[in-house]
Amino acid sequence: MTLTNVTSLLTHEFMAHSGELYNIRSLVRRAADESGCSEGCSELVVIAVNEAIMNIIQHGYQSNPKGNITIKIKQADNTLIIQLRDFAETVDPAKIKPRDLGNIRPGGLGTHFIREAMDDIKFLSPPDGVGNLLQMIKHIT
Amino acid sequence: MQYNKRNENGFSIVALEGDVDFHSSREARQVLLEIVKEKGDMLIDMSKVEYIDSSGIACLVEAFQESKTAGTKFGLVSVQGTARRVLELARLEQIFPIYSSISEIEAS
Repeated sequence: MTLTNVTSLLTHEFMAHSGELYNIRSLVRRAADESGCSEGCSELVVIAVNEAIMNIIQHGYQSNPKGNITIKIKQADNTLIIQLRDFAETVDPAKIKPRDLGNIRPGGLGTHFIREAMDDIKFLSPPDGVGNLLQMIKHIT
Repeated sequence: MQYNKRNENGFSIVALEGDVDFHSSREARQVLLEIVKEKGDMLIDMSKVEYIDSSGIACLVEAFQESKTAGTKFGLVSVQGTARRVLELARLEQIFPIYSSISEIEAS
């Protein structure tokens, strides 16, 4: 895919601590609004990013707040490209599955929210092979 | 997140306020499960909830299920904005009893 008119909307590094989530949601909301996302579209972007970061904190870093996470948001024409980089143990994407929504129980919804909210999600190879690089794509509506 | 708890017409009403997220959901869980443990009928006023994530939803699901097991009543009141969007994404808006206002319950 050739990207044209790429604009950087956000680059931010932060500690893998749940107390960071409020600030990150504000930054992501601002970037999505700046890109021209409608209110509903921005809301979905915030939901997906929040859940993805929760997964990194909880499952990647096992709630160890010393881990680092970097978020980058870029706009290419009418598409938002969101990348989350962490340095936790490498994730096997095949093992990440949402739960059956018909089975009502606490937990297991984060992955479902991300898939519902985003148009494409994939793990890319991190530049130095360490950690994980999650890329989420959202068409701006 | 902040909360306040009051008793009204036989219900324990918990008004949650702010963001019920991974940072605060443990506290929300404690508050809700304490009411279930006391065998109280519970209404959760969501009118001032600005954001809720999957960990907050997990608290609601757990309290709902525990209430059913205990034979007590459970309901959500004034679910709006992002909170309603998240409930819809989880397909839970048809599962939870949801009321538009406290007065709607009193009238029913």
